Amino acid sequence: MFGEFDFDVIQRSWVYLFTTGMAFTLKLTILAMAGGIVLGTLLAVLRLSKIRAVAAVAGTYVNLIRSIPLILVIFWFYFLVPYVGAWLIGSPQPIKVGAFSSALITFIMFEAAYYCEIMRAGIQSIPGGQVSAGLALGMTERQTMMQIILPQAFRNMVPVLLTQSIILFQDVSLVYVLSITDFVGAATKVARRDGRLAEMYLFVALVYFVMSYGLSLMVKRLEKNTAIGVQGAS
Amino acid sequence: MNYKWNWGIFWEESAYGSGSGTYADMLLGGLCWTIATALCAAVLAFVLGVVIGTLRTLPSKGWRRATNAYIELFRNIPLLVQLFLWFFVFPELLPEKLGTWLKLLPAGPFLTAVVCLGFYHSIRVALMFSAGINALPAGQKMAASALGLTLPQAYRHVLLPMAFRVALPPLGSECLNVMKNTSVALTIGLVELTASAQGMSEFTFQIFEAFSAATILYLLVNVAVLMLMRILERRTAVPGYVGGKTGQSGGR
Repeated sequence: MFGEFDFDVIQRSWVYLFTTGMAFTLKLTILAMAGGIVLGTLLAVLRLSKIRAVAAVAGTYVNLIRSIPLILVIFWFYFLVPYVGAWLIGSPQPIKVGAFSSALITFIMFEAAYYCEIMRAGIQSIPGGQVSAGLALGMTERQTMMQIILPQAFRNMVPVLLTQSIILFQDVSLVYVLSITDFVGAATKVARRDGRLAEMYLFVALVYFVMSYGLSLMVKRLEKNTAIGVQGAS
Repeated sequence: MNYKWNWGIFWEESAYGSGSGTYADMLLGGLCWTIATALCAAVLAFVLGVVIGTLRTLPSKGWRRATNAYIELFRNIPLLVQLFLWFFVFPELLPEKLGTWLKLLPAGPFLTAVVCLGFYHSIRVALMFSAGINALPAGQKMAASALGLTLPQAYRHVLLPMAFRVALPPLGSECLNVMKNTSVALTIGLVELTASAQGMSEFTFQIFEAFSAATILYLLVNVAVLMLMRILERRTAVPGYVGGKTGQSGGR
């Protein structure tokens, strides 16, 4: 059944696919992951804030982002960022934002909502007595959060955060809707040029499978190694 | 910001030509496709997921390995790529006549989206279901076999009904995920809600009105599904289990 397939197209184009497409995908994944975890942690702290209004604003943002599709969020930010940028620097015209920056901002803002829920669970998994102990030692609330709660919450949640990052790695393929040359985009360009859609997408699927599966095995191993004995990382 | 807002745009005749209705009709039409696709895909995902989730809990190791392979396969390929595989590659693998017929089918994007999303989400349903079965006390299965029920009977009359009630809350949120993921089908030409909003923004340049409307519609569906699920959960909650009346643990 693969009789009419011509896998030669992959041999001709794999250098381009990886140096242009996969490089873009990985760069976007790693930067969005870093930005998303920082912003997500901040959102989680805000969501657990004692000031009701702050918690409500953060909570609304997170729930809003989590209830609409990623593609819609991509469109939103793609059109919104130039206007917000213009407003920030006081320019009368919408500013020009490159495809990469636009995608990066989108994914940071989107994934932050998901990382926020993970970090919130992480923070809530730390026994409340530790906050009291920190305060009793004379630390400020901020110090308690930064030096006692967050490091432990982060450590407990590293496997979950990484699993979410593998999802992010797969989600990045959706920048396809903006005609950006990520891994899928690059493959599509070559496939359309050579009329070899089937071979190309099978190859893309194989690459994604090997990478995601490999990463998930690594996360599993890490999970075993970093689990804190007494508390359990559940 | 020199963006000209025009909220009246929704009541203007859409640029698709006369008789195609207003832009509001266009968005509502998209919403209908979103809901139809999501419903069909959810049903397929549920059926597949229940079968695979059940197989996962059988005593034989072979089934466990086979279902694990299935789960890893569908989990580690991005949804977009899976959709392209179903849409562009799958017809090539069929006998030529059948493949051509499938490619020319007007409802092709819809059917492809349903099948793709059904398989994609079936893995999560399977995981929830097998977790639900495994969460039942071992005594239930023992009691069933002590009563003389065969293994299929034990599953049919004891384990599955219980597992369904335990797994219902996560199944509800999975429905919302199916609905959100239908938007990926715009890449193969299904004009669902996000695609309608994008089309409207391209015709009118009223980008933010179009996307705001789509966002609000998605939120409304979310709220509706959540309310429905809450009622269902209350009806089906098993006393003494998570979500049942007793044993609530307080958060911080």
